[in-house]
This record gives sequence, C-alpha cells and structure tokens, in this order.
Amino acid sequence: MSSDFFIELRNVSFAYGRRPILKNINLRIQRGQLVAIMGGSGSGKTTLLRLISGQYRPQRGEVLVDGKDVAKMGHAELFAHRRRMGMLFQFGALFTDLSVFDNVAFPLREHTDLPENMIRDLVIMKLNAVGLRGTQELMPAELSGGMARRVALARAIALDPALMLYDEPFTGLDPISLGVIALLIKKLNDALGTSAIMVTHDVHKSLDIVDHVYFVANGEIIAEGTPDQVRAAESPWVHQFVHGEADGPVHFAYPAGRGLTDDLGMLGDGHA
Amino acid sequence: MPEFLISPLRRLGHASINAIWRLGFISRFLVAILMYSGQSLLRFSLVIREVYFAGVLSLIIIIVSGLFVGMVLGLQGYNTLSRFGSSDALGALVALSLLRELGPVLAALLFASRSGSAMTAEIGLMKATEQLDAMSVMAVNPIARVVAPRFWAGVISMPVLAALFNVMGIFGGYLIGVVMIGLDQGTYWSQMNNAVDLHYDVVNGLIKSLVFGIAVTLIAVFEGYDATPTAAGVSSATTRTVVTSALVILALDFVLTAFMF
Amino acid sequence: MKRSTIDLWVGVFVAIGIACIVFLSLKVANLTPQNANSTYVLTADFDNIGGLKIKAPVKSSGVVVGRVTNIELDTQRYVAHVTLALDKRYQFSRDTSAEILTSGLLGEQYLGLTEGGDPDSLKSGDRIAITSSALVLEQLISKFMLNFAEKGDSHGGKNASAAQ
Repeated sequence: MSSDFFIELRNVSFAYGRRPILKNINLRIQRGQLVAIMGGSGSGKTTLLRLISGQYRPQRGEVLVDGKDVAKMGHAELFAHRRRMGMLFQFGALFTDLSVFDNVAFPLREHTDLPENMIRDLVIMKLNAVGLRGTQELMPAELSGGMARRVALARAIALDPALMLYDEPFTGLDPISLGVIALLIKKLNDALGTSAIMVTHDVHKSLDIVDHVYFVANGEIIAEGTPDQVRAAESPWVHQFVHGEADGPVHFAYPAGRGLTDDLGMLGDGHA
Repeated sequence: MPEFLISPLRRLGHASINAIWRLGFISRFLVAILMYSGQSLLRFSLVIREVYFAGVLSLIIIIVSGLFVGMVLGLQGYNTLSRFGSSDALGALVALSLLRELGPVLAALLFASRSGSAMTAEIGLMKATEQLDAMSVMAVNPIARVVAPRFWAGVISMPVLAALFNVMGIFGGYLIGVVMIGLDQGTYWSQMNNAVDLHYDVVNGLIKSLVFGIAVTLIAVFEGYDATPTAAGVSSATTRTVVTSALVILALDFVLTAFMF
Repeated sequence: MKRSTIDLWVGVFVAIGIACIVFLSLKVANLTPQNANSTYVLTADFDNIGGLKIKAPVKSSGVVVGRVTNIELDTQRYVAHVTLALDKRYQFSRDTSAEILTSGLLGEQYLGLTEGGDPDSLKSGDRIAITSSALVLEQLISKFMLNFAEKGDSHGGKNASAAQ
C-alpha cells in the first residue's frame, strides 16, 4: 500500500518546546503528483516540509517517504534520502560566494565523481531548462530575485530528484517572474515525473498548476481536494482564504484576553 | 529570603548555567569540526580559499600595525634604556617584547577583529539566508563544507601573521633605533642575538599564536553558526566574536606565559 | 576572484610566513643547540653560585658553547650542583676549569670554561673538578675591610688591589 503513495504522513504531531505546531496530521501524496499545501502564515506549512526533508523529527507519528520512515532514519540513511530530494528555498538560498555555474554544479560535485566536462554539460543543460543559459559567470548578487529563484531551481533539479519540495516559491516575485516560476515548476514536474510538494499562500497561481491541495490552519488539515473542488468549496474558511477576505472564520483581530476599553483603561471603576 | 537578594542570585545562577552550557556546546562543536576535518582537508582547495580571505587579506593591517608597534617600542625603549646608559640593549628589548608577548597577542587581536568578525558575519548570514539549510538538505554537511575549512584556514594563518608582525616590529625598531637615532646597527642585531633564544622565545611565541589562532577561529565560527538568523542576531554575534576573542586571548596569554617562561 | 589568483596569493602568504620564521630563527635568535642529540651534559659543583640562573650561557673565550640546564643544592655536602648542556662541536679536556663570571660590572652572570692541558676530553655526564665560585659583592667588601684593618700585610694588599 505504500507503493501507491510516495509520501504518507500518519498521525504526525510536532511541537517547538511546548508550543504545538502540527497536531495529528494525516496526508498522502501519489507518485508523480504536484501537491500544494496552503495556509496562513505561521500555520505550520514550512514545518511540514522540514519534517519530510528530515530537518525536523516529529514527536509522534510516521513520515513515510517511499515506504521508509524519515523520522527513524540514521545519519547515512537520511543523507541518502536527501540525495534523492531537491528543495527550493523561499528566497533561493544560493551560495553567495559561488558563481551561478558553481551553485548549480555544487550538488554534482559533492555527490558524483563525474569529470569536469560532463559537469559543465549538465550545468548548462539545467540552466537551459530554466531559461538562464549564459548566466554561468554571474554571481548571485548580480541576479534579480526571479532569476535567483530560477538558478536555485536549476540547482535543486541538478541530481534529477525523485521528490521536489518547494518552500514558498512565489514569495516576493513580480507577476512575470511568478508566472515563469509557476510554469517551470509545472513543466519540470511533468517532464521529470517527480513527486512534488509546494508550500505556498499564493492561491490563484498554485490552483492553476497543482493536482491536489491541502489547507492547513492551526496545525491541522482542515480541507483538501482538487483545484476545482477547492474553487467550488462551501467551507467558509476555504472561501475566505481563496478569495482573500479580511474577516471571516479567521478573525481580523488577535483574540485579546480583554476588551479594548479595558486595555485603554477607559473603564471608570477599574481605574482608580 | 527577601526578594532583593533572590533576584540577583537568580540572575547569577542563570548566567552561570548559560556560560557552562555554551562552553559545553562549543566543545562539542570543536569535536564535530575535528570529526569532519578529514573531508575538508582532503579537498584542500576549500581551505586555500579561506586562507586567502582570513590570511592574505589581513596582510596589510598586520604589516602596518607591526611596523608602528616596533617603532613605538624603539622610541619608548630608547628613552628608558638611555636613562640607564644601556641603549645598546634596544635590539634585545624590541625583539623580546615582540616575540614573547606583543607579536602573538596583538596579531591575534587584529586577526579577531579583521578575520574573526568577517567569518562570524559570513557564516551567520549564510544561516540567515538558509544557505546552511540548503546545504544540509542537499546532503552536504555544513560543518564539513563551511565551518571546518574556515577553522583550519584560521589555524594556519595565525602563526604566519604573528611571525610577520614580529618581523615588521623588529624592522620598525631598527628604523627608529638605527636609522633615526643612530645606534650601531651591529650592536642592535648582536644584542638581539644574545638575548633571544630560539626555543624559549621564538618557538614559544609561535606556539602561543597557534593556540590563539585555534581559540579565535573556533569562537568566530561558533558564533556564526550559533547566531540568531536575523540581521540583529548576526550583528550581535559579530560583536560577541570580537569581545569574547579579546578576553580569551588575554586570559590564555596569561596562562601560557605562566607555563612557558 | 579567480581560483589561480587565490592560489598564487596564498602561496605568497605561506612563503612570507616561512621567510619570517626563518628570519626570526637565524637572524633574531641565536641558533643555540636545543635537543639532546646535538648536546652533551656536564656537571660542576660550586661553593657559591651567586646569581647564576638556569638558561645562563656557558662561554669559553667569550664564545657561547652551551647553557646551564639545572641548578640544585647537594644536601650531603651543601654545595651547588650545576648541570650544563654543551654543544657537541666543542670538546673540553678533563682538567678544564669552570668559574662563574659577570659580564660587565653589574651584568648577568655566566659560566666560563677555561681549557686545560689534558689530552683526554670530558665525556657526557662527567664532572668538572676544578671550579671557582662567584664573587659575591658583600663577601668581597667584608674581606677587603678585614684586610684593610690588617694593613701592612703584603698578601692583603694584593687582594685589595684585585678587588678594585
């Protein structure tokens, strides 16, 4: 049964110290699917990704990737798992002291014994795939935000991973760059047959490209479905999220313990 | 117990626990660096690159400060020695002060503020921009790839810089004593030769600078790796590197001097 | 920054380091023998070593030939037992004499060796039999005063002139 699902989270709970982040999460992703996990800021989406990459370990539950529990992996196993995985970070996380070429070549040089001319060809192919062939000699500081994100994407797919993780791939991009990145994610997923998880709060762009959506709020999955199901969803929470309304089930105001008048000391009798 | 006693005691306890915790953490960090050093020393080009940033770029500041310190020693030493009619011993005074104390200590202080702070800021920024995370997600250990090469580069660079500082200082003393004041240059060198012992002065001075190099670089990479990944966190980590390094250099210097001389 | 440029600069850097250490060893320090391989050990007993210290130079005809490595009090005979490490290049005859001298009027004390006439050389671990103690200023003055009191004695007059 683990064969039909590439990633499976069973009853996973995670807490920072005493602050619970994820509560009893169950989630299944089929091989080759592109899945989005959406939710507000601080809802535990990024933590979910880090559980899958093995950067965090859950206090309870199992994180199965291709049938193996990431939470129980030893050092060597975990590194083997990560070698088959690519991750695109929120702001790219390019190595600022290496050129574009060296950034993309980094995983190849670290994990393969390929000769330098083959590495060169692979790097140029990967850069070509993201449309940035010709930028090899530039340093990350010379790239625009969108270009940096694409170079990071080329680096993430350098080893042809079986699993791609995208952490907020659309944050801070102009609409054109955003469209380019979304197109690339979709195209690479289809071309490489990779399973991919994308954490995002950009609803419209992601609904266009993903196969399945999970909504996370307060550490729990509160809704899921295909993009069409989500667009038509009755749930007031999903409705509020998809349409970006300021008030709804998620309140505009932080739930303060006391009323505003109390905080301002305007109540006559309490204030001597 | 009254409250005014409890709260300072509690603060003292908290500070002590914190200090001990950090000491334990930094020791474990050193063990981790040494464990992964094999990998990074095999790929020596990584270390060479860091020697460039830590050592080569510190050359100017070391040359200039060494020269000035030597010139000041020359002037002050001459003033004091000539009062006792023994200005001939200027060479010995300059060389011994530099080799035993000033060379290793001042070079290490300059190194901490020039290269140590840069290392902390660089590693801290790599952490803040998720570069270290990206590395470990790519199944590359950041301690082996980022921290260990910088550590070894610092350990290699420090004795070289201290030796250069000494030579420049002795040359500075020569400029003042021989060229400016007009002492006999043969006396300057021969007095120095008589007073300086290869083992007790030169080698011990180099051992000192090696120890300082290990301490300063360890502090620098640790503070960077341990920094809170925000702009404020990196800047306070950089400050801590310089302050802690300075204190540790001076304390270690006292301990080493007590054992060596 | 190109890799080859970095390599070049680091090469220059390391070369500077080696040059500095060589300079410090050869030009600044007197390359005296340190290790047991190039030195041999002698001992000498003195009634009084004055201000002689460990690491004080051992000189012969003004040339540094070794260092004092240890000083201790022999509690059987109450004499100072001094150990010296000498450079193997310099061999001394068995009737060599050792005396504690002062460089200049108030300078450091050192150990002077004067070669004798015996054809055999001292071997490692041997004792230098002929020694003369340090001149202690207080003793010198009191001796001078004593002799001064017994004026007229020709022997005393000789001492007094020597003390000047």
